[in-house]
Amino acid sequence: MCATCGCDDTEGVRIEGFDDHADGDEHDHDHEHTHDDHHHNGHYHGDGHHVHAAGQGHAHGHASDGAVETITLDQDVLAKNDRLAAQNRQWLADHGIRAVNLMSSPGAGKTTLLERTVRELAVAEPVAVIEGDQETPMDALRLRATGCRTVQVNTGAGCHLDADMLAKALRSLDPEDGSVVFIENVGNLVCPALFDLGEGRRVVLASTTEGEDKPLKYPHMFRAADLVLLTKADLLPYVPFEQGRFTEHLRRVNPDAELLPVSAVSGAGLGEWHDWLRAAVSAATTRRRQGGHGDRRTP
Amino acid sequence: MHELALAQAVVETITERTGDDQVVLVRLEIGKLSGVEVDAIRFCFDVVTAGTTVEGADLEIDEPSGQARCRSCGAACELSDLWGRCECGGIDLEVTSGDQLRIQEVRVTTDVRDVRV
Repeated sequence: MCATCGCDDTEGVRIEGFDDHADGDEHDHDHEHTHDDHHHNGHYHGDGHHVHAAGQGHAHGHASDGAVETITLDQDVLAKNDRLAAQNRQWLADHGIRAVNLMSSPGAGKTTLLERTVRELAVAEPVAVIEGDQETPMDALRLRATGCRTVQVNTGAGCHLDADMLAKALRSLDPEDGSVVFIENVGNLVCPALFDLGEGRRVVLASTTEGEDKPLKYPHMFRAADLVLLTKADLLPYVPFEQGRFTEHLRRVNPDAELLPVSAVSGAGLGEWHDWLRAAVSAATTRRRQGGHGDRRTP
Repeated sequence: MHELALAQAVVETITERTGDDQVVLVRLEIGKLSGVEVDAIRFCFDVVTAGTTVEGADLEIDEPSGQARCRSCGAACELSDLWGRCECGGIDLEVTSGDQLRIQEVRVTTDVRDVRV
């Protein structure tokens, strides 16, 4: 692990923090080191386990004279991610923080919707954003321009956020107790569906320019949604998008998800979207630890 | 390409359990409805095991088919994808099998020369 920023050496993940660190912490360092420095002859080092001291690598020959033993694991492949997600969820609940994971294909309008949503929500309550992209801090800069506390997670080769990345991003973001934290996942309708982050709610965006068949083409993503936002609804009169067909396709993969057409340009549906946010995530507030703000250590 | 992250999770989970023992066989269960490409897992497995105690291990993958229970009529039905339909016409289906993503077991060789008394 990079000792300066905590970025993961195996995945090239970088987290660019909110630059208002009151305690003058270390997140304004530049990243001149190359992450290749962290790799060791292609060895994969998971979380510090199985680390060799210099010159003590073990031999990898198959020992033909050893005993063969079968070990039953019967364990979920994603068990570790799910454990970390559970820790995130507990920490968020303890601090009354309502986390909403936004997922969609690239260009569906996540950032544009967020720009408007955080402006309007921030009037009444603290809001912060975690921006996930493969590269560039562009989206975080757009959100910071609204005055919103934002950190950028660049996943490098990664195509999704995972629970470990969220934990690190929360450490950097250090959101206020009782705030709403939006997590804008990497634009991708496939991979983020599998990785629980510990969020309170999952919102999937599909735009009217994408076609009505998206729920059937990417069923895992739409199946994971609590709410589906049909974005760019202001374009409905101009594009050959049949909302009824989209709804029918969504129901085939997820009969329970709510569906809400919105437009960040005209403002249509935004009132309902904000009402949904207040109602759907208010349960987190009631679990808030009584008698104070709890343990401020982030996960 | 979430299969790379999944293959890394597989190797990490195994080596946490097996330590320095050489792994010669890994048996996974990847359901037909799990959203994971078995061929991509095989490719990524070779990449991420390089230089670890799992390098060179045989990879066996069971692929259980999709099964569901219809919430409308209660009948069990087979699912080839996530937007199946029950014979009664119901589309509100509860997936009961086929979305597994599990490490079942591994086989290791323990080098007798490492045994100390």
